[in-house]
Amino acid sequence: MDYLLLQVLNGVQLGLLMFLLAAGLTLTFGIMDLVNLAHGSLYMMGAYIAWTLVGWTDSFVWGALLTLPATFLLGVVVETVVARRLYARDHLDQVLATFGLILFFNELVRMLWGPAGKSIAVPSFLNRTVEILPGVPYPAYRFAIIVVGAAVALLLAWLVARTRIGMLIRAGASNRRMIGALGVNIELLFTLVFGLGAAFAGLAGLMAAPITSVKIGMGDDILILAFVIIVIGGIGSIKGAFVAAMVVGQIDIVGRAFLPDLLKTFLSSSAASSAAPAISQVLVYVVMAGVLVWRPTGLFGQRT
Amino acid sequence: MIAALRTPRGLVTALLLVALAVLPLLTQAFDQRYLLSIGTRIVIWGIAAVSLNMILGYGGLVSFGHAVFFGIGGYAVGIMGHHGVTSGWVQWPVALAAATLWAALVGALSLRTRGLYFIMITLAFAQLVYYIGGGLEAYGADDGLNISRSRFPGVIDLRDKASFYWLCLALFCATLWFCSRFANSRFGLVIRGAKSNELRMQALGFPVFRYRLAAFTLSGAFGGLAGILLANEGAYVSPAMMSWVKSGDLIVIVVLGGMGTLFGPLYGTIAFFVLEEALPPLLDLFRKGWGEYWQIVFGPLLVLIALYARGGIDSLLGKRDG
Repeated sequence: MDYLLLQVLNGVQLGLLMFLLAAGLTLTFGIMDLVNLAHGSLYMMGAYIAWTLVGWTDSFVWGALLTLPATFLLGVVVETVVARRLYARDHLDQVLATFGLILFFNELVRMLWGPAGKSIAVPSFLNRTVEILPGVPYPAYRFAIIVVGAAVALLLAWLVARTRIGMLIRAGASNRRMIGALGVNIELLFTLVFGLGAAFAGLAGLMAAPITSVKIGMGDDILILAFVIIVIGGIGSIKGAFVAAMVVGQIDIVGRAFLPDLLKTFLSSSAASSAAPAISQVLVYVVMAGVLVWRPTGLFGQRT
Repeated sequence: MIAALRTPRGLVTALLLVALAVLPLLTQAFDQRYLLSIGTRIVIWGIAAVSLNMILGYGGLVSFGHAVFFGIGGYAVGIMGHHGVTSGWVQWPVALAAATLWAALVGALSLRTRGLYFIMITLAFAQLVYYIGGGLEAYGADDGLNISRSRFPGVIDLRDKASFYWLCLALFCATLWFCSRFANSRFGLVIRGAKSNELRMQALGFPVFRYRLAAFTLSGAFGGLAGILLANEGAYVSPAMMSWVKSGDLIVIVVLGGMGTLFGPLYGTIAFFVLEEALPPLLDLFRKGWGEYWQIVFGPLLVLIALYARGGIDSLLGKRDG
């Protein structure tokens, strides 16, 4: 029972990280109509920048706080130099150009930080466990990810639903040209949204860094998962991204945790432990295919 | 035929094809075996690029999972070889059938969607097979599987590099020929018409979905053929051959060469492999050690191509007459 609870929490934690990535992705697609494959590169850059800044400031918290504006700025640069030229293009151009950006960023990281992976230590004040229920310890750092992730999700929900900028974002998602015609500085709005998405991706990257390793291409696999999430949730829908991220997080973690035992009942032990991660990853894609067959525009989506 | 040679496009294409035809003789004469293996890969990737061009270029369907057919064709050969079925007469038809079936299944599910959803669902199905490949403990999991080449006793020995190359080239030419027949047939015209206006084609009474499904399935079959050849070229299969980066590379090749043109995939494949081989030494000329980082130039190059060179190499060869 405790084991199940821990795995569900791990699923929530993974889901929230994925949501941070997926939120930026779904906003850029919903508002700017941009398929941004390079979003995973921003996640990777977040982790590497955090590694450098944590080293400079000798403090995880300061490093993390400085990483956010740094990735925001990086996002603004990417938007002004490349991305804004792609908004009016068709999806194929966007796929091609942002695929090029992935190659560029992977190579840039290899030049600047070298080919070997880096690791960021879990900050000492979080390097312990908390009791989430009496007698059930849980790593404090993972718990902190859940808290920060949930807070950012709430902040984003508030931002989109209650503020003027959120109103513009929603208006932009339903009709870009119209809000431009109404006198909103739409270019600035696009740059802002892109930067915000980059900062979210950077936050996900830096929070994931201490529990995974910081390595080249770390953003690529997770980017595909983030795309799966926004496709399941319905492109452009923040709510959909959140629901789908939670579902995918649970499938991935719970699948990894429980499938090996299940498979061992009819497979050899080593075959089961190598097949289980594959099956839980496959399951994610099966769910996506199922959702799309049932609802070709995702759970909460209207657009195609 | 002679008239076609007068245009720059015809001349360049003819020269490229002649160069490909005599490549084994040249590499033998100058003792550059490595070049022959690049040539073999160019021709095999060319088959895959032509097959992707049928749906991406002519049909406007951005399939982001085409490398999966490398994997299916390759693994079908590898797994059968692993269990002692080494005859190509058995291996190849079964592998082709597997790729065709998978293409039909994926097509039937994914062609219901549009736009980004289509891009992502084709990618997802490719990832699904990729992870299954990585989970096959009995067949080497992520490390892949060393295989023995398919046997066609008395007909051709695939271990002989030059004859294998010529076989690949012949199959490439056959694929090109098929594609030219496809593009100008009624079937191909429906696919091309649906690219520019799907609604109009439907209003004209064409069952666009079924046409597209047929094209997608055919394209997958040729992709599977490329996979069979790729497995035989390296005598090795692994999940890496169907990673999503390979699917991206295939899209790059098709766009680079010129989408929806017959010879575009040929130009694109050659340009892609030449860039891959030539950029590192070129960068090393500027500064020692930079060659290792050639993708830092290649990446922005793709951005520029996407932004400013939509017609690809084909459009550099003058306006098309048709």
